[in-house]
Amino acid sequence: MQLDSKIPPGPIQQKWDQHRFNMKLVNPANKRKYTILVVGTGLAGASAAATLAELGYNVHTFCYQDSPRRAHSIAAQGGINAAKNYQNDGDSVWRLFYDTVKGGEWRGREANIHRLAEISVNIIDQCVAQGVPFAREYGGLLANRSFGGALVSRTFYARGQTGQQLLLGAYQALMRQVAAGKVKSHTRHEMLDVVVADGHARGIITRDMVSGKVERWLGDAVLLCTGGYGNLFYLSTNAKGCNVSAIWRAYKRGACMANPCYTQIHPTCIPVSGDYQSKLTLMSESLRNDGRVWVPKQAGDKRPANQIPDAERDYYLERKYPTYGNLAPRDISSRAAKEQCDAGRGVGPGGRGVYLDFRDALKTQGRKKLEEKYKELFEMYHNITNEDGYEQPMRIYPAVHYTMGGLWVDYHLQSTIPGCFVLGEANFSDHGANRLGASALMQGLADGYFIIPYTLGHYLTSAKPGKIDTEHAAFKDAESNVVGMNKKLLSIKGKRTVDSFHKELGLLMWEHCGMARNEKGLNELLQKVPALREEFWQNVNVPGSDADLNQALERAGRVADFLEFGELTARDALERRESCGGHFREEFQTPEGECQRDDENFCHVAAWEYQGEGQKPLRNIEKLEFEHVPLSVRSYK
Amino acid sequence: MNFTLNVWRQKNGQSSGQFVTYQAKDISPDASFLEMLDVVNNEMEAKGEEPIAFDHDCREGICGTCGIAINGRPHGPRNAVTTCQLYMRNFRDGDTLTLEPWRAQAFPVVRDLVVDRSAFDKIIQAGGFISINTGNAPDANGLPVPKDDAERAMDAAACIGCGACVAACKNASAMLFVSAKVSHLALLPQGQPESRKRVKSMVQTMDEAGFGNCTNTGACEAECPKSISLDNIARLNREFLLSKLFG
Repeated sequence: MQLDSKIPPGPIQQKWDQHRFNMKLVNPANKRKYTILVVGTGLAGASAAATLAELGYNVHTFCYQDSPRRAHSIAAQGGINAAKNYQNDGDSVWRLFYDTVKGGEWRGREANIHRLAEISVNIIDQCVAQGVPFAREYGGLLANRSFGGALVSRTFYARGQTGQQLLLGAYQALMRQVAAGKVKSHTRHEMLDVVVADGHARGIITRDMVSGKVERWLGDAVLLCTGGYGNLFYLSTNAKGCNVSAIWRAYKRGACMANPCYTQIHPTCIPVSGDYQSKLTLMSESLRNDGRVWVPKQAGDKRPANQIPDAERDYYLERKYPTYGNLAPRDISSRAAKEQCDAGRGVGPGGRGVYLDFRDALKTQGRKKLEEKYKELFEMYHNITNEDGYEQPMRIYPAVHYTMGGLWVDYHLQSTIPGCFVLGEANFSDHGANRLGASALMQGLADGYFIIPYTLGHYLTSAKPGKIDTEHAAFKDAESNVVGMNKKLLSIKGKRTVDSFHKELGLLMWEHCGMARNEKGLNELLQKVPALREEFWQNVNVPGSDADLNQALERAGRVADFLEFGELTARDALERRESCGGHFREEFQTPEGECQRDDENFCHVAAWEYQGEGQKPLRNIEKLEFEHVPLSVRSYK
Repeated sequence: MNFTLNVWRQKNGQSSGQFVTYQAKDISPDASFLEMLDVVNNEMEAKGEEPIAFDHDCREGICGTCGIAINGRPHGPRNAVTTCQLYMRNFRDGDTLTLEPWRAQAFPVVRDLVVDRSAFDKIIQAGGFISINTGNAPDANGLPVPKDDAERAMDAAACIGCGACVAACKNASAMLFVSAKVSHLALLPQGQPESRKRVKSMVQTMDEAGFGNCTNTGACEAECPKSISLDNIARLNREFLLSKLFG
């Protein structure tokens, strides 16, 4: 397939402005004639749905949660970046652009990233106007803090609940449009297929999770805003319901899947405590503003942390990366933690942990100041671990957190299926091989509030897909596909639970496709994952029926998709014979153990194209050009 | 650790339910309450029995999805945490635990421990927002907000909409939920233009949804996992009175 990124011509600073003028507009009176289906109601979905409804489109939203307000964007703690330069510390649109290209290790698209940096300032304005209670200084103006991978303070925050407040802002805007009759909100509805008729995305198939009813929805465009696939690894910081199914099923209908091997492992999570564990909890990266990361110099040192003198501690981030220190980017900090633990210097149960120590911050700033900044985080840590972060250092370890890969989209956020747009974490576009802290919220809202309202209109006026109804063969085929899969899952009646398969898959992926990967392990995955998938379809036990609320059936469908997606992820990781950002291949590292990129052969996006059941997918390439931030070594030393 | 669980099982909204007893065996004290239920459910699923349905998602206390009344208390025995943030070390080995869904007319049971809280969405639709279309916003620092006001607005905005306040209230009143949103928006200058209309409309929708009246017993505040303060209800009453007098 020939991938056309549709990057507009002209100087990078003017591309988006000029393109907004060049794109076609929908006559205001005609907007009400279009129906838009929005799947997922997180930051991307809720902001898109509300904005499109304000413009006059008819919108249907779908989410698996019992309310749009509960989408997992809500769990983002630390903040949202914007190039406001309110601190007068040297920030600018260009610097945010530069930091994001570099942070993504030159594997994102320059034009998209510049647009994101431009829009970042509008997002903060919009959110403040909606009543998002951002932190403020005594003078009443907005406060900022720093985040990993940046030397300026450009992160806006609402205590440790920034994602919650931004999502509630978007949710409230959405509810306003529900009240106005422009949005119909369908909760506890899971999208199970995309309907592609005559080459255009024209609808979706959903299952009402309460009644079990499978329904057909006709629309003029489909927006997938369904988040990331971190739960491929079973244990992650994602919500339990997060899944790959919507984008995976779109992939099987012709949308290319880009760079699935780019997975972000977040350095500051609470370590695993036992095999019953169902999820991992993130401690916001903002803690690294004041916490210092260290391990004992002596492997196997079992003394309590407070009894280890400074001379016998290795503040390894400060030592290895003196410029950025404890604020080194996520991928680098995570790998450094793994390196220490692999060498036997890890702390806590099983030696899989490093210290995050607030002793010095407590001395210089006092407890009150720290409480003001991080109270909820310290409480959460105490509650989960039964340890007091003020009295002894926190123990942290990396965990799967975000996925930079996702469905391939062009500059218009359109996938390779015309009319199927992908927003937020579900697409691959802006973060390259590694995302910087506080950039996910920015991207989700940029896509939803400020990009899709323009590009969607252009599609609707130029594509003109023909008139069809839900009796079209494509709808019937998609529906029978969904019903058939659910019936099959319920009929197997084997001996193993859905969770046992998910856990086994997660462990395999974490072992061979986690923080470090190598050819041997990835080849092993390409054997073991299909074998596990085969066993799943022979031996899973899904009780109950498909005619009412059946949480085991919901999970079974998602795990079935992860069992296919895991294989593609391993294949992508195997084919990318270089190291970059969240993808670290042990064969390709510098003598200091840093990523060794191969720009000659891999400065491209890999977009996988489905070729049918049991067929090897096709690896398409979109070459990346860097005119403004020249390719160089990504150094934080 | 071992526990005896009396769990409310109910097939759907139309059928009647009953308590069923289960044993939770060999549970780690470091397991969360929901992980303990996962263990019980996995044993049932392996035998082909239908697992206990319960709502949950983020499992870090912020999405507001989970909510089980444990021994009569919404979100269980600890203060200021959601069900997912309870750990089995918070209980005693051998305890008998009774698990029920939220009980309120406005929250009909969907299945087992799952209830329908869509009435909360309806209340927000009635005015829990600031009317501003995308693109209309002035510069974010154009409107300074005193730090104390912003902090108090944030205190109220921290509500996660879980419904524990309703479940805790003998009248199944939603006053704490409604007052948290009214306060959040009333405390900010951006919320002023619509404040009179908002409070009337939200209170009316709350009444229509079948929530009871507030009799100031304070059970809602005591059980709120986010410690939303009763002060908000006082502010709601004041706003409501003002809207009646001058709105």
